[in-house]
Amino acid sequence: MADALLSVRNLSVQFTTYGQTNSVLKGVSLDVPARSQIALVGESGSGKTVTMRAIMGLLRTPPAKVTGGEIFYDGRDLLTMPDRERLKLRGTAMSMVFQDPMSSLNPVFTIADQMGTILKYADRRLGRSRDRKARMARVYEVLGQVRMRDPERVASSYPIMLSGGMRQRVLIAMALLSEPRLLIADEPGTALDVTTQAQILKLLKDLVEERGLALLMITHNLGVVRETSNYVYVMNKGVVVEHRPTAELFEAPRDDYTKALIAAVPRLTGGSGFGKAGAAA
Amino acid sequence: MSAMLEIAGLTKLFPVRNGFGRKTGDVRAVDDVSFSIPRGKVYGLAGESGSGKSTIARMIMGLAKPSSGDIRLDGHSIIGETGTRAYGRKVQMVFQNPGSSLNPRRTVGQSIAVPLAAHGTPVGEHKRRIAELLEMVQLPADFALRYPHELSGGQKQRVAIARALAVAPQLLILDEPTSALDVSVQARVMDLLVDLGRQLGLTYLFISHDLSLMRNFADTVGVLYLGKIVETGPTASVFEAPQHDYTRLLLASVPVISAEEEAMRPKIPLIDGEIPTAEQLIALRAAVSQRTEK
Repeated sequence: MADALLSVRNLSVQFTTYGQTNSVLKGVSLDVPARSQIALVGESGSGKTVTMRAIMGLLRTPPAKVTGGEIFYDGRDLLTMPDRERLKLRGTAMSMVFQDPMSSLNPVFTIADQMGTILKYADRRLGRSRDRKARMARVYEVLGQVRMRDPERVASSYPIMLSGGMRQRVLIAMALLSEPRLLIADEPGTALDVTTQAQILKLLKDLVEERGLALLMITHNLGVVRETSNYVYVMNKGVVVEHRPTAELFEAPRDDYTKALIAAVPRLTGGSGFGKAGAAA
Repeated sequence: MSAMLEIAGLTKLFPVRNGFGRKTGDVRAVDDVSFSIPRGKVYGLAGESGSGKSTIARMIMGLAKPSSGDIRLDGHSIIGETGTRAYGRKVQMVFQNPGSSLNPRRTVGQSIAVPLAAHGTPVGEHKRRIAELLEMVQLPADFALRYPHELSGGQKQRVAIARALAVAPQLLILDEPTSALDVSVQARVMDLLVDLGRQLGLTYLFISHDLSLMRNFADTVGVLYLGKIVETGPTASVFEAPQHDYTRLLLASVPVISAEEEAMRPKIPLIDGEIPTAEQLIALRAAVSQRTEK
Protein backbone atom coordinates (compact mmCIF):
# COMPACT_ATOMS: atom_id res chain seq x y z
CA MET A 1 0.00 0.00 0.00
CA ALA A 2 2.75 2.41 0.92
CA ASP A 3 4.52 1.80 -2.34
CA ALA A 4 1.42 2.05 -4.53
CA LEU A 5 1.58 4.63 -7.28
CA LEU A 6 -2.00 5.62 -6.60
CA SER A 7 -3.64 4.95 -3.29
CA VAL A 8 -7.18 5.97 -2.42
CA ARG A 9 -7.84 5.81 1.31
CA ASN A 10 -11.31 5.87 2.81
CA LEU A 11 -12.66 8.30 0.27
CA SER A 12 -16.12 9.66 0.95
CA VAL A 13 -18.04 11.92 -1.37
CA GLN A 14 -21.45 13.51 -0.94
CA PHE A 15 -23.66 15.16 -3.51
CA THR A 16 -26.10 17.86 -2.54
CA THR A 17 -28.88 18.58 -4.96
CA TYR A 18 -31.99 20.61 -4.18
CA GLY A 19 -31.01 20.65 -0.52
CA GLN A 20 -30.84 16.87 -0.38
CA THR A 21 -27.54 15.28 0.55
CA ASN A 22 -26.60 11.83 -0.68
CA SER A 23 -23.54 9.86 0.23
CA VAL A 24 -22.25 8.57 -3.07
CA LEU A 25 -18.92 7.18 -1.91
CA LYS A 26 -18.73 5.68 1.55
CA GLY A 27 -15.12 5.10 2.47
CA VAL A 28 -13.66 3.73 -0.75
CA SER A 29 -10.08 2.45 -0.64
CA LEU A 30 -8.09 1.10 -3.54
CA ASP A 31 -4.45 0.77 -4.56
CA VAL A 32 -2.87 0.93 -7.97
CA PRO A 33 0.77 -0.19 -7.71
CA ALA A 34 3.17 0.94 -10.43
CA ARG A 35 3.03 -1.23 -13.56
CA SER A 36 -0.12 -2.98 -12.40
CA GLN A 37 -3.39 -3.51 -14.23
CA ILE A 38 -6.28 -2.83 -11.95
CA ALA A 39 -9.99 -2.90 -12.76
CA LEU A 40 -12.78 -1.09 -10.98
CA VAL A 41 -16.08 -2.69 -11.88
CA GLY A 42 -19.63 -1.78 -10.99
CA GLU A 43 -23.05 -1.16 -12.44
CA SER A 44 -24.56 2.25 -13.00
CA GLY A 45 -24.85 4.19 -9.75
CA SER A 46 -22.14 2.14 -8.04
CA GLY A 47 -19.82 5.14 -7.71
CA LYS A 48 -17.05 3.99 -10.05
CA THR A 49 -17.20 7.10 -12.19
CA VAL A 50 -17.32 9.40 -9.15
CA THR A 51 -14.23 7.63 -7.80
CA MET A 52 -12.46 8.20 -11.11
CA ARG A 53 -13.51 11.86 -11.20
CA ALA A 54 -12.36 12.39 -7.63
CA ILE A 55 -8.96 10.92 -8.49
CA MET A 56 -8.61 13.13 -11.54
CA GLY A 57 -9.96 16.19 -9.72
CA LEU A 58 -12.86 16.50 -12.12
CA LEU A 59 -15.68 16.54 -9.57
CA ARG A 60 -17.78 19.64 -9.81
CA THR A 61 -17.97 21.17 -6.33
CA PRO A 62 -20.74 21.90 -5.54
CA PRO A 63 -22.82 19.70 -5.92
CA ALA A 64 -20.10 17.22 -5.00
CA LYS A 65 -18.07 17.44 -1.83
CA VAL A 66 -15.24 15.23 -0.64
CA THR A 67 -16.11 14.66 3.00
CA GLY A 68 -13.24 12.44 3.98
CA GLY A 69 -10.28 10.38 2.95
CA GLU A 70 -7.07 10.84 1.04
CA ILE A 71 -5.87 10.19 -2.48
CA PHE A 72 -2.12 9.60 -2.64
CA TYR A 73 -0.25 9.79 -5.89
CA ASP A 74 3.38 8.84 -5.53
CA GLY A 75 3.12 9.43 -1.80
CA ARG A 76 1.59 12.91 -1.97
CA ASP A 77 -2.02 13.63 -1.04
CA LEU A 78 -3.80 15.09 -4.05
CA LEU A 79 -6.62 16.46 -1.94
CA THR A 80 -4.45 18.66 0.27
CA MET A 81 -1.85 19.83 -2.24
CA PRO A 82 -2.23 23.29 -3.77
CA ASP A 83 -4.30 23.46 -6.95
CA ARG A 84 -1.26 24.52 -8.97
CA GLU A 85 0.61 21.40 -7.93
CA ARG A 86 -2.34 19.17 -8.70
CA LEU A 87 -2.80 20.73 -12.11
CA LYS A 88 0.76 19.78 -12.92
CA LEU A 89 -0.03 16.12 -12.41
CA ARG A 90 -3.27 16.02 -14.35
CA GLY A 91 -2.82 14.93 -17.93
CA THR A 92 0.91 14.53 -17.38
CA ALA A 93 1.63 12.11 -14.55
CA MET A 94 -1.86 10.63 -14.73
CA SER A 95 -3.99 10.66 -17.88
CA MET A 96 -7.49 9.66 -18.82
CA VAL A 97 -8.79 7.73 -21.77
CA PHE A 98 -12.40 8.71 -22.21
CA GLN A 99 -15.30 6.58 -23.27
CA ASP A 100 -16.97 8.39 -26.11
CA PRO A 101 -14.57 9.35 -28.89
CA MET A 102 -17.10 11.53 -30.66
CA SER A 103 -17.91 13.82 -27.77
CA SER A 104 -14.34 13.98 -26.45
CA LEU A 105 -12.97 15.37 -29.69
CA ASN A 106 -13.68 18.83 -31.02
CA PRO A 107 -15.25 18.45 -34.47
CA VAL A 108 -13.90 21.73 -35.88
CA PHE A 109 -10.20 21.23 -35.20
CA THR A 110 -7.84 18.71 -36.75
CA ILE A 111 -6.33 15.96 -34.61
CA ALA A 112 -2.94 17.69 -34.91
CA ASP A 113 -4.40 20.99 -33.60
CA GLN A 114 -6.06 19.31 -30.66
CA MET A 115 -3.13 17.15 -29.71
CA GLY A 116 -0.71 20.03 -30.20
CA THR A 117 -2.74 22.22 -27.88
CA ILE A 118 -2.90 19.55 -25.20
CA LEU A 119 0.84 19.11 -25.40
CA LYS A 120 1.50 22.84 -25.33
CA TYR A 121 -0.44 23.33 -22.12
CA ALA A 122 0.92 20.17 -20.54
CA ASP A 123 4.42 21.50 -21.26
CA ARG A 124 3.51 24.88 -19.83
CA ARG A 125 2.21 23.31 -16.62
CA LEU A 126 5.44 21.42 -16.27
CA GLY A 127 7.42 24.60 -16.90
CA ARG A 128 9.01 23.48 -20.14
CA SER A 129 8.42 24.41 -23.73
CA ARG A 130 9.08 23.20 -27.23
CA ASP A 131 8.41 24.74 -30.60
CA ARG A 132 5.63 23.75 -32.93
CA LYS A 133 7.84 21.50 -34.95
CA ALA A 134 8.96 19.53 -31.90
CA ARG A 135 5.38 19.29 -30.74
CA MET A 136 4.25 17.86 -34.08
CA ALA A 137 7.09 15.38 -33.99
CA ARG A 138 5.85 14.19 -30.62
CA VAL A 139 2.25 14.03 -31.91
CA TYR A 140 3.32 11.83 -34.83
CA GLU A 141 5.35 9.70 -32.48
CA VAL A 142 2.44 8.87 -30.15
CA LEU A 143 0.07 8.33 -33.07
CA GLY A 144 2.57 5.77 -34.27
CA GLN A 145 2.60 4.21 -30.82
CA VAL A 146 -1.15 3.56 -31.05
CA ARG A 147 -0.47 1.71 -34.34
CA MET A 148 -1.61 4.34 -36.78
CA ARG A 149 -0.05 3.42 -40.06
CA ASP A 150 0.06 6.96 -41.38
CA PRO A 151 0.36 9.34 -38.39
CA GLU A 152 0.72 12.45 -40.54
CA ARG A 153 -2.47 11.80 -42.44
CA VAL A 154 -4.38 11.02 -39.25
CA ALA A 155 -3.00 14.17 -37.62
CA SER A 156 -4.25 16.35 -40.44
CA SER A 157 -7.74 14.78 -40.31
CA TYR A 158 -10.84 16.11 -38.64
CA PRO A 159 -12.53 13.68 -36.23
CA ILE A 160 -15.38 13.01 -38.63
CA MET A 161 -12.92 11.64 -41.19
CA LEU A 162 -11.89 8.84 -38.82
CA SER A 163 -13.66 5.62 -37.91
CA GLY A 164 -14.82 4.99 -34.35
CA GLY A 165 -11.90 2.69 -33.64
CA MET A 166 -9.40 5.24 -34.97
CA ARG A 167 -10.96 8.00 -32.89
CA GLN A 168 -10.64 5.84 -29.81
CA ARG A 169 -6.98 5.27 -30.66
CA VAL A 170 -6.51 9.04 -31.03
CA LEU A 171 -7.89 9.43 -27.49
CA ILE A 172 -5.39 6.88 -26.24
CA ALA A 173 -2.62 8.75 -28.07
CA MET A 174 -3.73 11.99 -26.40
CA ALA A 175 -3.47 10.36 -23.00
CA LEU A 176 0.07 9.21 -23.81
CA LEU A 177 1.34 12.62 -24.99
CA SER A 178 3.06 13.60 -21.76
CA GLU A 179 4.34 10.18 -20.85
CA PRO A 180 2.11 9.53 -17.85
CA ARG A 181 2.84 6.73 -15.39
CA LEU A 182 -0.83 6.08 -14.69
CA LEU A 183 -3.56 5.64 -17.27
CA ILE A 184 -7.17 5.76 -16.17
CA ALA A 185 -9.50 4.32 -18.79
CA ASP A 186 -13.23 4.92 -18.51
CA GLU A 187 -15.07 2.18 -20.42
CA PRO A 188 -12.96 2.48 -23.55
CA GLY A 189 -14.52 0.85 -26.56
CA THR A 190 -18.02 0.65 -25.09
CA ALA A 191 -19.34 2.78 -27.91
CA LEU A 192 -17.68 0.56 -30.50
CA ASP A 193 -18.49 -2.69 -32.26
CA VAL A 194 -17.31 -5.82 -30.51
CA THR A 195 -14.54 -6.55 -33.01
CA THR A 196 -13.20 -3.00 -32.74
CA GLN A 197 -13.50 -3.06 -28.97
CA ALA A 198 -11.38 -6.20 -28.85
CA GLN A 199 -8.67 -4.42 -30.85
CA ILE A 200 -8.76 -1.37 -28.58
CA LEU A 201 -8.50 -3.45 -25.42
CA LYS A 202 -5.61 -5.41 -26.87
CA LEU A 203 -3.85 -2.20 -27.88
CA LEU A 204 -4.33 -0.69 -24.44
CA LYS A 205 -3.01 -3.79 -22.74
CA ASP A 206 0.01 -3.98 -25.05
CA LEU A 207 0.82 -0.29 -24.57
CA VAL A 208 0.58 -0.54 -20.81
CA GLU A 209 2.89 -3.54 -20.77
CA GLU A 210 5.38 -2.12 -23.28
CA ARG A 211 5.65 1.24 -21.63
CA GLY A 212 5.49 0.04 -18.03
CA LEU A 213 2.39 2.06 -17.19
CA ALA A 214 -0.12 1.44 -14.46
CA LEU A 215 -3.68 1.00 -15.71
CA LEU A 216 -6.89 1.65 -13.82
CA MET A 217 -9.70 0.29 -15.96
CA ILE A 218 -13.15 1.50 -15.07
CA THR A 219 -15.89 -0.64 -16.55
CA HIS A 220 -19.25 -2.29 -16.08
CA ASN A 221 -18.27 -5.27 -18.23
CA LEU A 222 -16.92 -8.29 -16.36
CA GLY A 223 -15.52 -9.70 -19.58
CA VAL A 224 -13.41 -6.56 -20.00
CA VAL A 225 -12.24 -6.94 -16.39
CA ARG A 226 -11.04 -10.44 -17.05
CA GLU A 227 -9.29 -9.50 -20.29
CA THR A 228 -7.48 -6.41 -19.07
CA SER A 229 -6.69 -6.66 -15.37
CA ASN A 230 -4.96 -8.85 -12.84
CA TYR A 231 -6.53 -7.32 -9.76
CA VAL A 232 -10.10 -6.15 -9.42
CA TYR A 233 -12.22 -3.98 -7.14
CA VAL A 234 -15.98 -4.56 -7.23
CA MET A 235 -18.13 -1.58 -6.27
CA ASN A 236 -21.78 -1.44 -5.32
CA LYS A 237 -23.68 1.52 -3.93
CA GLY A 238 -20.61 3.55 -3.08
CA VAL A 239 -18.74 0.75 -1.32
CA VAL A 240 -15.99 -1.61 -2.46
CA VAL A 241 -17.63 -4.95 -1.72
CA GLU A 242 -14.79 -7.21 -2.77
CA HIS A 243 -11.25 -6.93 -4.09
CA ARG A 244 -9.08 -9.82 -5.21
CA PRO A 245 -6.78 -11.00 -7.95
CA THR A 246 -8.96 -11.14 -11.06
CA ALA A 247 -8.59 -14.87 -11.67
CA GLU A 248 -9.64 -15.66 -8.10
CA LEU A 249 -12.67 -13.42 -8.29
CA PHE A 250 -14.09 -15.31 -11.22
CA GLU A 251 -13.24 -18.69 -9.77
CA ALA A 252 -14.66 -18.17 -6.32
CA PRO A 253 -16.46 -14.89 -5.70
CA ARG A 254 -17.08 -14.30 -2.00
CA ASP A 255 -19.45 -11.39 -1.80
CA ASP A 256 -23.14 -11.97 -2.54
CA TYR A 257 -23.32 -9.00 -4.86
CA THR A 258 -20.30 -10.18 -6.84
CA LYS A 259 -21.81 -13.65 -7.07
CA ALA A 260 -25.09 -12.25 -8.38
CA LEU A 261 -23.25 -10.04 -10.84
CA ILE A 262 -21.21 -12.91 -12.24
CA ALA A 263 -24.28 -15.13 -12.40
CA ALA A 264 -26.11 -12.49 -14.44
CA VAL A 265 -23.55 -12.48 -17.23
CA PRO A 266 -24.73 -14.59 -20.17
CA ARG A 267 -22.14 -17.21 -21.13
CA LEU A 268 -20.82 -17.81 -24.58
CA THR A 269 -20.96 -21.52 -23.80
CA GLY A 270 -24.71 -21.29 -23.23
CA GLY A 271 -26.34 -22.97 -20.27
CA SER A 272 -27.10 -19.69 -18.51
CA GLY A 273 -30.50 -19.91 -20.15
CA PHE A 274 -33.06 -17.29 -19.23
CA GLY A 275 -36.56 -17.80 -17.96
CA LYS A 276 -37.58 -19.14 -14.57
CA ALA A 277 -37.01 -22.75 -15.47
CA GLY A 278 -33.58 -22.04 -16.91
CA ALA A 279 -32.50 -19.55 -14.25
CA ALA A 280 -31.63 -22.26 -11.79
CA ALA A 281 -29.29 -23.98 -14.22
CA MET B 1 -46.63 -23.42 -43.51
CA SER B 2 -45.87 -23.44 -39.82
CA ALA B 3 -43.47 -20.54 -40.24
CA MET B 4 -44.61 -17.38 -38.49
CA LEU B 5 -42.31 -15.19 -40.52
CA GLU B 6 -40.72 -16.04 -43.83
CA ILE B 7 -38.27 -13.77 -45.55
CA ALA B 8 -37.11 -14.53 -49.07
CA GLY B 9 -34.51 -12.71 -51.12
CA LEU B 10 -35.02 -9.51 -49.19
CA THR B 11 -32.93 -6.66 -50.59
CA LYS B 12 -32.75 -2.99 -49.78
CA LEU B 13 -30.79 -0.59 -51.95
CA PHE B 14 -30.03 2.94 -50.84
CA PRO B 15 -29.03 5.34 -53.61
CA VAL B 16 -25.59 6.91 -53.46
CA ARG B 17 -25.58 10.46 -54.77
CA ASN B 18 -22.75 12.72 -55.72
CA GLY B 19 -22.41 16.35 -54.67
CA PHE B 20 -24.89 17.45 -57.34
CA GLY B 21 -27.60 15.06 -56.19
CA ARG B 22 -27.09 12.79 -59.17
CA LYS B 23 -27.37 9.09 -58.46
CA THR B 24 -24.04 7.37 -58.89
CA GLY B 25 -24.82 3.90 -57.60
CA ASP B 26 -26.47 1.89 -54.88
CA VAL B 27 -25.45 0.61 -51.50
CA ARG B 28 -26.80 -2.84 -50.82
CA ALA B 29 -27.76 -2.34 -47.19
CA VAL B 30 -29.56 -5.66 -47.17
CA ASP B 31 -28.49 -8.13 -49.78
CA ASP B 32 -30.63 -11.13 -50.69
CA VAL B 33 -31.49 -12.12 -47.14
CA SER B 34 -33.68 -15.16 -46.54
CA PHE B 35 -34.71 -16.81 -43.31
CA SER B 36 -37.81 -18.08 -41.59
CA ILE B 37 -38.96 -18.26 -38.01
CA PRO B 38 -41.21 -21.14 -36.91
CA ARG B 39 -44.11 -20.18 -34.67
CA GLY B 40 -43.07 -19.76 -31.05
CA LYS B 41 -39.35 -19.76 -31.76
CA VAL B 42 -36.61 -17.19 -31.37
CA TYR B 43 -34.51 -16.17 -34.36
CA GLY B 44 -31.43 -14.14 -33.58
CA LEU B 45 -29.90 -11.73 -36.04
CA ALA B 46 -26.34 -11.01 -34.99
CA GLY B 47 -24.35 -8.26 -36.58
CA GLU B 48 -22.32 -5.14 -35.99
CA SER B 49 -23.14 -1.59 -36.99
CA GLY B 50 -23.74 -1.29 -40.70
CA SER B 51 -24.61 -4.96 -41.09
CA GLY B 52 -28.20 -4.15 -42.06
CA LYS B 53 -29.90 -5.73 -39.06
CA SER B 54 -31.93 -2.65 -38.22
CA THR B 55 -32.89 -2.12 -41.86
CA ILE B 56 -34.33 -5.64 -41.91
CA ALA B 57 -36.35 -4.88 -38.80
CA ARG B 58 -37.58 -1.63 -40.33
CA MET B 59 -38.71 -3.43 -43.46
CA ILE B 60 -40.60 -6.04 -41.48
CA MET B 61 -42.25 -3.27 -39.50
CA GLY B 62 -43.12 -1.43 -42.69
CA LEU B 63 -40.95 1.56 -41.82
CA ALA B 64 -38.86 1.01 -44.96
CA LYS B 65 -39.84 -0.42 -48.34
CA PRO B 66 -37.91 -3.42 -49.63
CA SER B 67 -36.26 -2.95 -53.03
CA SER B 68 -37.03 -6.55 -53.82
CA GLY B 69 -37.86 -9.81 -52.11
CA ASP B 70 -40.78 -10.99 -50.10
CA ILE B 71 -41.82 -10.92 -46.46
CA ARG B 72 -44.51 -13.43 -45.53
CA LEU B 73 -46.27 -13.36 -42.23
CA ASP B 74 -48.25 -16.43 -41.32
CA GLY B 75 -48.19 -17.50 -44.97
CA HIS B 76 -49.37 -14.18 -46.44
CA SER B 77 -47.17 -11.71 -48.22
CA ILE B 78 -47.20 -8.46 -46.34
CA ILE B 79 -45.64 -6.25 -48.99
CA GLY B 80 -47.99 -3.28 -49.27
CA GLU B 81 -49.91 -4.38 -46.22
CA THR B 82 -47.58 -3.06 -43.57
CA GLY B 83 -48.76 0.01 -41.76
CA THR B 84 -52.35 -1.18 -41.64
CA ARG B 85 -54.09 -1.74 -38.32
CA ALA B 86 -54.52 -5.42 -39.05
CA TYR B 87 -50.79 -5.76 -39.56
CA GLY B 88 -49.97 -3.79 -36.43
CA ARG B 89 -52.04 -6.24 -34.43
CA LYS B 90 -49.76 -9.07 -35.50
CA VAL B 91 -46.31 -7.50 -35.37
CA GLN B 92 -44.93 -5.19 -32.72
CA MET B 93 -41.48 -3.95 -31.86
CA VAL B 94 -39.50 -3.20 -28.71
CA PHE B 95 -36.83 -0.59 -29.25
CA GLN B 96 -33.34 -0.31 -27.92
CA ASN B 97 -33.58 2.75 -25.76
CA PRO B 98 -36.70 2.90 -23.58
CA GLY B 99 -35.67 6.40 -22.51
CA SER B 100 -36.41 7.75 -25.96
CA SER B 101 -39.12 5.37 -27.12
CA LEU B 102 -41.52 6.36 -24.33
CA ASN B 103 -43.18 9.76 -24.47
CA PRO B 104 -41.95 11.69 -21.42
CA ARG B 105 -45.21 13.68 -21.19
CA ARG B 106 -47.43 10.62 -20.97
CA THR B 107 -47.90 8.48 -17.90
CA VAL B 108 -47.19 4.78 -18.28
CA GLY B 109 -50.94 4.15 -18.43
CA GLN B 110 -51.44 6.74 -21.16
CA SER B 111 -48.57 5.27 -23.19
CA ILE B 112 -50.08 1.80 -23.03
CA ALA B 113 -53.54 3.20 -23.81
CA VAL B 114 -52.37 4.54 -27.20
CA PRO B 115 -52.20 1.14 -28.93
CA LEU B 116 -55.33 0.01 -27.06
CA ALA B 117 -57.32 2.94 -28.40
CA ALA B 118 -55.85 2.64 -31.88
CA HIS B 119 -56.92 -0.96 -32.07
CA GLY B 120 -60.42 -0.41 -30.81
CA THR B 121 -60.39 -1.51 -27.19
CA PRO B 122 -63.39 0.27 -25.60
CA VAL B 123 -62.26 3.08 -23.29
CA GLY B 124 -64.10 1.50 -20.38
CA GLU B 125 -61.83 -1.50 -20.56
CA HIS B 126 -58.56 0.39 -20.74
CA LYS B 127 -57.95 0.52 -17.02
CA ARG B 128 -58.41 -3.19 -16.52
CA ARG B 129 -56.34 -4.05 -19.57
CA ILE B 130 -53.49 -1.72 -18.52
CA ALA B 131 -53.37 -3.34 -15.08
CA GLU B 132 -53.33 -6.74 -16.76
CA LEU B 133 -50.46 -5.78 -19.05
CA LEU B 134 -48.44 -4.29 -16.20
CA GLU B 135 -48.92 -7.49 -14.27
CA MET B 136 -47.68 -9.46 -17.27
CA VAL B 137 -44.41 -7.53 -17.18
CA GLN B 138 -44.28 -7.84 -13.40
CA LEU B 139 -44.89 -4.22 -12.52
CA PRO B 140 -47.36 -3.04 -9.85
CA ALA B 141 -50.65 -1.66 -11.21
CA ASP B 142 -50.04 1.78 -9.68
CA PHE B 143 -47.16 2.28 -12.13
CA ALA B 144 -49.86 3.32 -14.62
CA LEU B 145 -49.87 6.74 -12.99
CA ARG B 146 -46.13 7.30 -13.13
CA TYR B 147 -44.11 9.17 -15.72
CA PRO B 148 -41.12 7.60 -17.48
CA HIS B 149 -38.60 9.78 -15.60
CA GLU B 150 -39.76 8.20 -12.35
CA LEU B 151 -38.77 4.74 -13.58
CA SER B 152 -35.45 2.93 -13.80
CA GLY B 153 -34.12 1.74 -17.14
CA GLY B 154 -35.32 -1.82 -16.57
CA GLN B 155 -38.78 -0.64 -15.52
CA LYS B 156 -39.02 1.56 -18.62
CA GLN B 157 -38.14 -1.37 -20.84
CA ARG B 158 -40.84 -3.45 -19.11
CA VAL B 159 -43.33 -0.70 -19.90
CA ALA B 160 -42.18 -0.71 -23.53
CA ILE B 161 -42.75 -4.47 -23.61
CA ALA B 162 -46.20 -4.06 -22.05
CA ARG B 163 -47.07 -1.46 -24.67
CA ALA B 164 -45.94 -3.77 -27.47
CA LEU B 165 -48.06 -6.58 -26.02
CA ALA B 166 -51.15 -4.38 -25.70
CA VAL B 167 -52.54 -5.53 -29.06
CA ALA B 168 -51.67 -9.20 -28.40
CA PRO B 169 -49.22 -9.51 -31.31
CA GLN B 170 -47.89 -12.82 -32.58
CA LEU B 171 -44.47 -11.62 -33.64
CA LEU B 172 -42.33 -9.35 -31.51
CA ILE B 173 -39.24 -7.70 -32.95
CA LEU B 174 -36.67 -7.00 -30.25
CA ASP B 175 -34.05 -4.51 -31.39
CA GLU B 176 -31.20 -4.71 -28.84
CA PRO B 177 -33.78 -4.58 -26.03
CA THR B 178 -31.26 -4.71 -23.21
CA SER B 179 -28.19 -2.96 -24.57
CA ALA B 180 -28.88 0.16 -22.48
CA LEU B 181 -29.31 -1.83 -19.26
CA ASP B 182 -27.00 -3.04 -16.51
CA VAL B 183 -26.16 -6.72 -16.68
CA SER B 184 -28.23 -7.73 -13.64
CA VAL B 185 -31.22 -5.80 -14.96
CA GLN B 186 -30.65 -7.31 -18.38
CA ALA B 187 -30.86 -10.81 -16.92
CA ARG B 188 -34.25 -10.06 -15.38
CA VAL B 189 -35.65 -8.50 -18.55
CA MET B 190 -34.46 -11.52 -20.55
CA ASP B 191 -36.11 -13.83 -17.99
CA LEU B 192 -39.31 -11.91 -18.51
CA LEU B 193 -39.08 -12.18 -22.30
CA VAL B 194 -38.55 -15.93 -22.12
CA ASP B 195 -41.49 -16.36 -19.73
CA LEU B 196 -43.76 -14.21 -21.87
CA GLY B 197 -42.72 -16.10 -24.98
CA ARG B 198 -43.75 -19.36 -23.35
CA GLN B 199 -46.99 -18.07 -21.84
CA LEU B 200 -48.23 -16.25 -24.91
CA GLY B 201 -46.67 -18.42 -27.59
CA LEU B 202 -44.83 -15.41 -29.00
CA THR B 203 -42.42 -15.58 -31.90
CA TYR B 204 -39.36 -13.39 -31.51
CA LEU B 205 -36.99 -11.79 -33.94
CA PHE B 206 -34.09 -10.85 -31.70
CA ILE B 207 -31.58 -8.36 -33.02
CA SER B 208 -28.33 -7.95 -31.12
CA HIS B 209 -24.60 -7.56 -31.35
CA ASP B 210 -24.14 -9.31 -28.01
CA LEU B 211 -23.20 -12.86 -28.88
CA SER B 212 -23.22 -14.18 -25.32
CA LEU B 213 -26.78 -12.99 -24.97
CA MET B 214 -27.71 -14.44 -28.34
CA ARG B 215 -26.29 -17.82 -27.35
CA ASN B 216 -28.65 -18.02 -24.41
CA PHE B 217 -31.81 -16.70 -26.02
CA ALA B 218 -32.05 -17.59 -29.70
CA ASP B 219 -32.99 -21.01 -31.06
CA THR B 220 -31.56 -20.22 -34.47
CA VAL B 221 -29.05 -17.56 -35.31
CA GLY B 222 -28.13 -15.73 -38.50
CA VAL B 223 -24.86 -13.84 -38.66
CA LEU B 224 -25.25 -10.72 -40.73
CA TYR B 225 -22.28 -9.05 -42.35
CA LEU B 226 -22.47 -6.18 -44.81
CA GLY B 227 -26.08 -6.94 -45.61
CA LYS B 228 -25.67 -10.67 -46.15
CA ILE B 229 -26.34 -13.60 -43.88
CA VAL B 230 -22.93 -15.26 -43.94
CA GLU B 231 -23.80 -18.10 -41.61
CA THR B 232 -26.98 -19.50 -40.14
CA GLY B 233 -28.00 -22.52 -38.13
CA PRO B 234 -29.05 -23.74 -34.70
CA THR B 235 -27.43 -21.38 -32.19
CA ALA B 236 -25.43 -24.05 -30.39
CA SER B 237 -23.85 -25.45 -33.55
CA VAL B 238 -22.99 -22.02 -35.01
CA PHE B 239 -21.28 -21.10 -31.75
CA GLU B 240 -19.50 -24.38 -31.27
CA ALA B 241 -18.34 -24.84 -34.84
CA PRO B 242 -18.41 -21.53 -36.71
CA GLN B 243 -17.84 -21.99 -40.43
CA HIS B 244 -17.40 -18.45 -41.66
CA ASP B 245 -14.35 -16.28 -40.97
CA TYR B 246 -16.50 -13.38 -39.87
CA THR B 247 -18.38 -15.51 -37.34
CA ARG B 248 -15.01 -16.65 -35.99
CA LEU B 249 -13.83 -13.06 -35.76
CA LEU B 250 -16.96 -12.05 -33.89
CA LEU B 251 -16.67 -14.94 -31.46
CA ALA B 252 -12.97 -14.31 -30.94
CA SER B 253 -13.73 -10.69 -30.01
CA VAL B 254 -16.22 -11.35 -27.22
CA PRO B 255 -14.80 -10.56 -23.78
CA VAL B 256 -15.59 -13.60 -21.63
CA ILE B 257 -15.43 -14.45 -17.94
CA SER B 258 -14.46 -18.11 -17.75
CA ALA B 259 -11.84 -20.50 -19.02
CA GLU B 260 -14.50 -22.69 -20.64
CA GLU B 261 -15.71 -19.79 -22.73
CA GLU B 262 -12.18 -18.83 -23.59
CA ALA B 263 -11.56 -22.36 -24.79
CA MET B 264 -14.44 -22.19 -27.25
CA ARG B 265 -13.39 -18.85 -28.72
CA PRO B 266 -11.70 -19.38 -32.05
CA LYS B 267 -7.98 -18.66 -31.86
CA ILE B 268 -7.37 -16.32 -34.72
CA PRO B 269 -4.41 -13.98 -34.78
CA LEU B 270 -6.63 -11.13 -35.79
CA ILE B 271 -6.06 -8.86 -32.89
CA ASP B 272 -2.31 -8.85 -32.65
CA GLY B 273 -1.97 -5.16 -32.15
CA GLU B 274 1.45 -4.97 -33.83
CA ILE B 275 0.03 -4.06 -37.19
CA PRO B 276 -3.25 -2.24 -37.70
CA THR B 277 -5.76 -5.02 -37.87
CA ALA B 278 -7.90 -2.93 -40.18
CA GLU B 279 -5.94 -4.46 -43.03
CA GLN B 280 -7.06 -7.92 -42.14
CA LEU B 281 -10.59 -6.66 -41.78
CA ILE B 282 -10.51 -5.08 -45.19
CA ALA B 283 -9.24 -8.30 -46.74
CA LEU B 284 -12.01 -10.17 -44.98
CA ARG B 285 -14.57 -7.68 -46.16
CA ALA B 286 -13.44 -7.99 -49.75
CA ALA B 287 -13.78 -11.73 -49.47
CA VAL B 288 -17.32 -11.53 -48.20
CA SER B 289 -19.00 -9.27 -50.62
CA GLN B 290 -18.87 -6.49 -53.11
CA ARG B 291 -20.72 -3.85 -51.23
CA THR B 292 -21.48 -1.40 -53.98
CA GLU B 293 -22.83 -2.00 -57.42
CA LYS B 294 -22.27 -0.03 -60.54
